[in-house]
Amino acid sequence: MSVAELEGRTLVAGAGAGPVLRLEEPLSFWGGVDPVTGRIIDRRHPRCGESVAGRVLVMPYGRGSSSSSSVLLEGVRLGTAPAAVVLRELDGILALGAAVARELYERSPPVLVLAPADWEALPEGAEASVDVSGRLRIAG
Amino acid sequence: MPAATTPETVDLTDRDRAMLAGDFGQAAAVAMRIIATMAGVYGAKRLLDIEGAHIDGCLYHGDSGVDFAELLVAGGARVSVPTTLNVGGLDLVHPEEFAGTAERRAKALRLMECYEEMGCRTIWTCAPYQTTPRPAFGQQVAWAESNAIVFANSVLGARTHRYGDFIDICAAITGRAPAVGLHLEENRRGQVVFDLRSLPRALRSAAWLLPAIGYLVGERCGNRIPVLLGLEEADEDGLKALGAAAASSGAVALFHAVGITPEAPTLEAALGGEEAAEWIAVGVSDLRAGLRSLSTAPGASEVGIGGSEDDGLPIDVVALGSPHFSPREFAELLPLVERHPPAGRVEFVVCTNRLSLGELERTGNLERLRAHGVRVVVDTCVVVAPILRTPAGGVLMTNSGKFAHYAPGNVGFDVVFGSLAECVRSAHRGRLWRDPALWP
Repeated sequence: MSVAELEGRTLVAGAGAGPVLRLEEPLSFWGGVDPVTGRIIDRRHPRCGESVAGRVLVMPYGRGSSSSSSVLLEGVRLGTAPAAVVLRELDGILALGAAVARELYERSPPVLVLAPADWEALPEGAEASVDVSGRLRIAG
Repeated sequence: MPAATTPETVDLTDRDRAMLAGDFGQAAAVAMRIIATMAGVYGAKRLLDIEGAHIDGCLYHGDSGVDFAELLVAGGARVSVPTTLNVGGLDLVHPEEFAGTAERRAKALRLMECYEEMGCRTIWTCAPYQTTPRPAFGQQVAWAESNAIVFANSVLGARTHRYGDFIDICAAITGRAPAVGLHLEENRRGQVVFDLRSLPRALRSAAWLLPAIGYLVGERCGNRIPVLLGLEEADEDGLKALGAAAASSGAVALFHAVGITPEAPTLEAALGGEEAAEWIAVGVSDLRAGLRSLSTAPGASEVGIGGSEDDGLPIDVVALGSPHFSPREFAELLPLVERHPPAGRVEFVVCTNRLSLGELERTGNLERLRAHGVRVVVDTCVVVAPILRTPAGGVLMTNSGKFAHYAPGNVGFDVVFGSLAECVRSAHRGRLWRDPALWP
């Protein structure tokens, strides 16, 4: 088993590990994720029905409502949030939800931005981990 | 207390640092940590002073929102700039309007109380720009609520970035915001031109169409800044409706309407002297497409085709007032309702704020509306709180682009978009009525 190591820009620091859930299409957490179950509920989203809970959520950027920060925070409270969020483009809304979660519950998924080529290299289902310094390791 | 990262790249003042260190109290320290973290996220080099805030976080989405507000209240939070509140989850004036569980009511109420305890003004409206002293041209503010943001930036020429839950109250407590985005002159120039000049004049000055134009603009320009060229005339209620629709279908936080909005006396000024990144000629077929995307109910899209008395889609609910209805909009509604009162089985609800309600009461017009079965709801609205009594699954008609966008997902109704007169006459018939005179 080989291990690849990538370094990204940390928006909100933290540590988390889990299997990669790779969304090619952006997702609005508000109206798109049920914080009670962690499932994707946006019927127009191709991965509707899958769960973000405990996954290293890889998506290009967040979409839509600024209340998405509330939904991520509620997911942290209920234990249904992703283990980490790995973006291709800066998204202030998810970073805000994570920053508030750290203040309130002293835990949150790390939020990282990777260079596009690195972001492309994260395969669906691979075991990935993010450490507090912003390094991402993939077992593959 | 967990230490959020305070990026060294942000140039904080001595006062900012004192706030971080807790010299202004625990809550101010939390708020400043979040502002500094977000400044780092956005790549801001510094923070700037704001002179006012409008808060969206007072609307209940789940217990974590209450936990956050309670943390701030317990830490002695007080807002440091004039701050107004968006809608909450309850109509405090008419508590009987709430149709949810007692537990949800208690939590929504507690959340509203927390923000009041922090010193915010309890105007409870998504149209704060129609009730209170409004921000002046060029003034830096931190506003949340997508339609209020777009109105403040576009119509008032005030400056706010696109803020949302949590960072809004942090800015109000600290009086500071990251110096990024639409706060800065260089990021406010228009990028995409929507050229309406080939449309018939009657359509370019039709108030009822402005939500459809806004919806189309939001769909096509995403988070870029649109410039509308050829809009014939639009009053503030019209610009409110246009902006709210654009901020629903897209992430529009600022638009320029040439000859109408303050930063766009000319096309050149709107574009900041640069070339447009994209030029979109809007034709009648585009407007029809915009109207089609506003309605989801099958058989709803035949705008301009009148139905006869015994056919047409059954209408269960008419909901008006997103953003909140203004006194001028009520003045337009009342004679229509008196001429064509709603049928008993159609639920007819108008959402507004207390200022408009007060005026309706003084003039006796509230009683006249109620006599015809029109319910007037304040402090909240039908797509964010359990207000409607009709079970989900029916058809809701509205003249609001924002209600049309959010009602299917949030409250489970199919939607028909129409003019105000079409809404009233459809409620009267209990079936969809289209006005053939709307299209030239």
